[in-house]
Amino acid sequence: MRDVAVIGVGCTEFGERWSTSFRDLFVTAGSLALEDAGVSGEKIDALYVGNMSAGRFVEQEHIGALIADFAGLATNHIPSTRVEAACASGGLAFRQAVTAVASGMEDIVVAAGVEKMTDVGTGASVDMLASAADREWEGFAGATFPGLYAMIANDYMHRYPLTREQLAMVAVKNHENGANNPIAQFRNRITIDTVLNSSMVADPLRLFDCSPITDGAAAVVVVPLERAREFTDSPVRVLASAQASDTIALHDRRDISTLDATVAAGKRAFERSGLTHKEIDLVEVHDCFTIAEICAIEDLGFCAKGEAGKLTADGATALNGDIPVNPSGGLKACGHPVGATGVKQICEVVAQLRGEAAGRQVDAEIGMTHNVGGTGATVVVHILGV
Amino acid sequence: MSVSRFWRKIPQRYNLVGTQCTTCGRYFFPPRSLCPDCRRSGEIVDHTFNGEGTVVTYTVIRSASDQFENTTPYVLAIVELDEGPRLTTQVVCTPEEIEIGMRVRSVFRRIAADGESGTIHYGTKFVPVEH
Ligand SMILES: [Zn+2]
Repeated sequence: MRDVAVIGVGCTEFGERWSTSFRDLFVTAGSLALEDAGVSGEKIDALYVGNMSAGRFVEQEHIGALIADFAGLATNHIPSTRVEAACASGGLAFRQAVTAVASGMEDIVVAAGVEKMTDVGTGASVDMLASAADREWEGFAGATFPGLYAMIANDYMHRYPLTREQLAMVAVKNHENGANNPIAQFRNRITIDTVLNSSMVADPLRLFDCSPITDGAAAVVVVPLERAREFTDSPVRVLASAQASDTIALHDRRDISTLDATVAAGKRAFERSGLTHKEIDLVEVHDCFTIAEICAIEDLGFCAKGEAGKLTADGATALNGDIPVNPSGGLKACGHPVGATGVKQICEVVAQLRGEAAGRQVDAEIGMTHNVGGTGATVVVHILGV
Repeated sequence: MSVSRFWRKIPQRYNLVGTQCTTCGRYFFPPRSLCPDCRRSGEIVDHTFNGEGTVVTYTVIRSASDQFENTTPYVLAIVELDEGPRLTTQVVCTPEEIEIGMRVRSVFRRIAADGESGTIHYGTKFVPVEH
């Protein structure tokens, strides 16, 4: 296997992008990534696109070909593949690109993620997102996606000492970080009261415990490490790529409050990189809900089960803490265009490792990403370093 | 949910019919046709559950998809059947009544409808067991 490096990243602004189409989102992110990498389009060997549900959000399938076409690559006839694992589609697209380069099959590969969510109403998108879980046996009974994470939260709070205020601190911290991220959907600071006074979505989760509905796209360029210096003076190495799966339905999990797929993927990533937790300078985790960040910190092994609430309240996960979590603002503040999120996490870690994160800069040489599909049926973890 | 997709699982949804692997004895609901422990050597037969169980965790859905919007707020829970398997279900009680560890039993209820003139979906919900 060859070592792989990221040589360029690009991300659109995240938000309710009423005037921008699905394909324009992608073209913007792709162009930014190629410009950053100093690579021209005709040099691209292959394309992987993470997308959860263009079929239902914009009634368009066959995304691989569409994206290659509007990226101006139709006449180059490159292989272009759509990758789907619900909210982990982006992380998985990146993993496919890394695998293609590592194997020696391709040299210059673009991994992208795109989701256009605001062309349908809220009720329709709630139903859409529920399809990341088991439609026949969870969705049929009336389970919503926030509802499933709310059941994780209630199980967790029944068993471990997590307070409602500590949970709110996750959102407060992520909004604080998002305020310094120019692509973030929300750049406003909030307080614990903002969270506790927001409307109840699914007890105990309130509106400000939930990531928003977002349009956005992100793209990165990967090449063999040995060729990286042809393009850039600041390549970022892929130190580990890991993926794991679990039962599609939350009710079938070994433990409702532990994402075993996160545990497995995290463990594999540490084993493959030979790194320890102390060596990780920052981590972008999948905080689709505040409780998800709490579980992620623990299941990745940054603290014992039941301790992440206190860790958050003590400021250990803030920008200047021991282990900064979600410097981008996370899914909560930066936004969550489902298929794009996993690639955006890579963009953020690369920006941090290159020292280009301005107001939210962390002193970092090694960073981790954690991307979850559904309630934990797919998890993709990457470790990047300079 | 399309008519055929719903109709296909009517015995399971109406009467809590799941499956059992007679090779290892494990019960499945929602039904599985392949035992994760025995895989191809597992012998799978239908099994009707007695319908009693315990609330493992719950939530109260305040904001739902279009199909369920006019029934909010409703209590959603993961229930562990006495035979072992867990399922996601609505519990017919108030948000104040529901609690982890509560004993419940299955009942036949209307679940949702596909729009105002579409198919009405019936299935299993749970109610608190009277003490
Ligand atoms: Zn068996």
